Amino acid sequence: MKSNRWTDCGNWVLDRFPLTKLWNDHMAHYYAPKNFNFWYFFGSLALLVLVNQFLTGILLTMNYKPDAKLAFDSVEYIMRDVNWGWLVRYMHSTGASAFFIVIYLHMFRGIMYGSFKQPRELIWIFGMLLFVALMAEAFMGYLLPWGQMSYWGAQVIISLFSAIPVIGDELSLWVRGDYVVSDATLNRFFAFHVISVPLVLVLLVLLHIIALHEVGSNNPDGINIKEFKDPWGHPVDGVPFHPYYTVKDLVGVAVFLFFFATVIFYMPEMGGYFLEHANFIPADPLKTPEHIAPVWYFTPFYAILRAVPDKFAGVIAMGGAIVVLFLLPWLDRSEVRSIRYRGGIYKKALLLFVISFVSLGYLGTQPATPTATTFARIFTAIYFGFFLLMPIYSRWEKFKKVPSRLTPVTSLEDRIPALIETFEEITVKTPVTKEDGTTVVRRKPNFNGMANVVVRLAKKLKESLD
Amino acid sequence: MNNEGVDKSKRQFLTSALTVVGAVGTGYLAVPFLAQMQPSTKAMAAGAPVQVDISKMETGQLIRVAWRGKPVWIVNRTEEVLTTLSTLNDKLRDPLSNESIQPPYSKNPNRSIKPDIFIAVGLCTHLGCSPTFRPEIAPVDLGNDWKGGFFCPCHGSWFDLAGRVYRGVPAPTNLEIPPHRYVNDSLIIIGEDTVEKTA
Amino acid sequence: MNKLLTLFLIFMLPFTVLASEGLQLQKADIDLTNNASLERGAKHFVTYCLGCHSAKHIRYLRIAIDFDLKEDKVLKEIAPLGANIYDKMTSAMNAHDAEKWFGIMPPDLSLIARSRGEDWIYSYLKGFYTDKSKPLGVNNTVFPDVGMPNVLWQLQGEQTPVYKNVDGREVIEKLSIKEAGQLSEKEFDTMINDLTNFLVYVGEPVKLERERMGKYVLFFIFMIFILSYLLKKEYWKDLH
Repeated sequence: MKSNRWTDCGNWVLDRFPLTKLWNDHMAHYYAPKNFNFWYFFGSLALLVLVNQFLTGILLTMNYKPDAKLAFDSVEYIMRDVNWGWLVRYMHSTGASAFFIVIYLHMFRGIMYGSFKQPRELIWIFGMLLFVALMAEAFMGYLLPWGQMSYWGAQVIISLFSAIPVIGDELSLWVRGDYVVSDATLNRFFAFHVISVPLVLVLLVLLHIIALHEVGSNNPDGINIKEFKDPWGHPVDGVPFHPYYTVKDLVGVAVFLFFFATVIFYMPEMGGYFLEHANFIPADPLKTPEHIAPVWYFTPFYAILRAVPDKFAGVIAMGGAIVVLFLLPWLDRSEVRSIRYRGGIYKKALLLFVISFVSLGYLGTQPATPTATTFARIFTAIYFGFFLLMPIYSRWEKFKKVPSRLTPVTSLEDRIPALIETFEEITVKTPVTKEDGTTVVRRKPNFNGMANVVVRLAKKLKESLD
Repeated sequence: MNNEGVDKSKRQFLTSALTVVGAVGTGYLAVPFLAQMQPSTKAMAAGAPVQVDISKMETGQLIRVAWRGKPVWIVNRTEEVLTTLSTLNDKLRDPLSNESIQPPYSKNPNRSIKPDIFIAVGLCTHLGCSPTFRPEIAPVDLGNDWKGGFFCPCHGSWFDLAGRVYRGVPAPTNLEIPPHRYVNDSLIIIGEDTVEKTA
Repeated sequence: MNKLLTLFLIFMLPFTVLASEGLQLQKADIDLTNNASLERGAKHFVTYCLGCHSAKHIRYLRIAIDFDLKEDKVLKEIAPLGANIYDKMTSAMNAHDAEKWFGIMPPDLSLIARSRGEDWIYSYLKGFYTDKSKPLGVNNTVFPDVGMPNVLWQLQGEQTPVYKNVDGREVIEKLSIKEAGQLSEKEFDTMINDLTNFLVYVGEPVKLERERMGKYVLFFIFMIFILSYLLKKEYWKDLH
């Protein structure tokens, strides 16, 4: 490169800061498996959403007032009087829900492909700490609008602390800063939500990524790509993260933003799940809403809490549901990482776990009728069973042969012919006579064909579970 | 790898195209984020023009109102004050108000639309304190040279009763005149400009 | 098999909500592009509601801009006498008096459309009926034992309930006009619809604009998707 002012400036920095080394170690020469699929987008998307929450959050704090008498009105002030305030608010509220969607899918990837297993246990631990921090951040953030659901949701959850024997009441008092959720609580939650927890989140993200880069990424086949290296010392089944995954993650970002923008501009309330209807009523300590439910992303754990008849035991169960996730690397006794090569027992167990998690989530939004509670108990049992029985069933699995090299990936375009075939199977071309006498050929649903496709898919599902 | 030449230029093109579109997108995103910091409707409402009724004003009286968070004075000047004004010119730093801030309809010897009604922002042009109203001639504390005006206690700046600053004091320019207009003889709106009718 | 059964049963759960209590809500016809309807609704609100209920988050200036009206027109025809264009729609009712007369301060209605919903408001305003057992002489099908008097009774007329027997209990089947008011049923329905339309607008004034902007944003993001996808394919060609 020709020597000029720019390059001299650049070199001055590079002589004093390991920018090149950082770039190479973590981007240009960080070799990641070349078969990353759909499930591998969610890490970078989580980072994108974190940045979104930071930026929109800072803008909100410019106009939000963390005072019980002023908070609710200040949010409406942002929505109406502040230029583009409504956009910042919706980006932040949608971002919060998007964060949990992305994180749950990100965690699911880890469970499916065994990314929590040796030597990646620490990455998993950091990730779980991130999850706990994220839940705390979201919980405290939700109090800030000071609506009815904000207030009463906080009241209910903080009062859970009082279920702890001996120290419970003192603890609740200390957390709240008052005998009930009040201005004191709001102000301190504001401080935590804006400063302390975000700092913790950033720190944990750094630790999480550093730990990942130390051992290298896992992959959908769950095999170690570092076993086979080329003459230059690079894994043959690996590609440099930059440019291959920077450019691929960009596509993921574009798709994500499309859905994100659709929600923000057309359905920010999401039927009352992202912005709850009751929260458009200012907090009233004297009036409890008919149904108190936490925001959708907490409902699975809320359902577990309610399923247990005893208050303290319910708290333990809810906490336990998170604790078992921490223990996953040590509960799983399988030597095989990826679900692709594991036995039928594990696959069925995972399917049951997913069904119970989703069902618990749904049940958490509903009032606790006797029928609902019975179902919640069944699903809670399945949820815990998945983890606590894992040391047993993961040892008895019949594994499939694990390949030594990565299996080839079918791209989206390769799958299109099959999709077109299926489409033609489920529809049938029929001539239709219009009002003006002309005959057009239209596609109509073919129920026979549909039945065939459904049966085939069901068979495939059953096979994949064996 | 396929032949590098063709691919490289397509790559270049796509990267450039994407960078440009991305930059435009970032710009579009930056606009609302930056505009967010502009005054909100609440600030605009608070900064809205203020009406002042001067029908009950006595001669020599000063009315003070708040406009955009600043004090605005309306002073009913006597005939003597008006005649004294022209004699002070050589003691003043900017007698013709060439360096000072006022609307075009207030750039005249009396610095007002109506000679007897003087309107100014009541903040010293030095560092922003609010001067005191001293219409009396030669008081004990200010000496014989004081011909009536506004005295700023913070650093001792002198202004005459047309808000013009004296030489030798810290303040650099005359008192600022705010935009204003007369709805009729007894109603002034501070914050709205007088639209001059061209003769 | 058990899994399928369980799944089916769970799927049926939400429908238990429909084991309904009382009357279904009537559908309001909300059209935020209908400025004439919104203008009428604003006038109705100021005339009949603003006495007790504030809508303190909306300014008259915003109404002028969004309904495409001149500020003078808004101040003369919609806003109460003496209002400034920047003023918010506040009520003269104070908390002390309200608590004495009604036992509670009538709530601010800026966000009622977002918390209760448009159909609820529409049905509520149409749902008052005579009930001698209540202190105010009226009750409401949508909000049982409501503490609000029937402000619009002179326009709607008097409604009485028609009962039917369900499982041995007397349940209100529908309401019927016993004595006609100043407006015909259709005129009253239009009035309530306009008022509801206005309240939906007040709930989120920026709604129309954000939906309008949405298509440009989505188109733009789609462009970025196309470009980035092509770029990705271009780079990944290297790997075979």
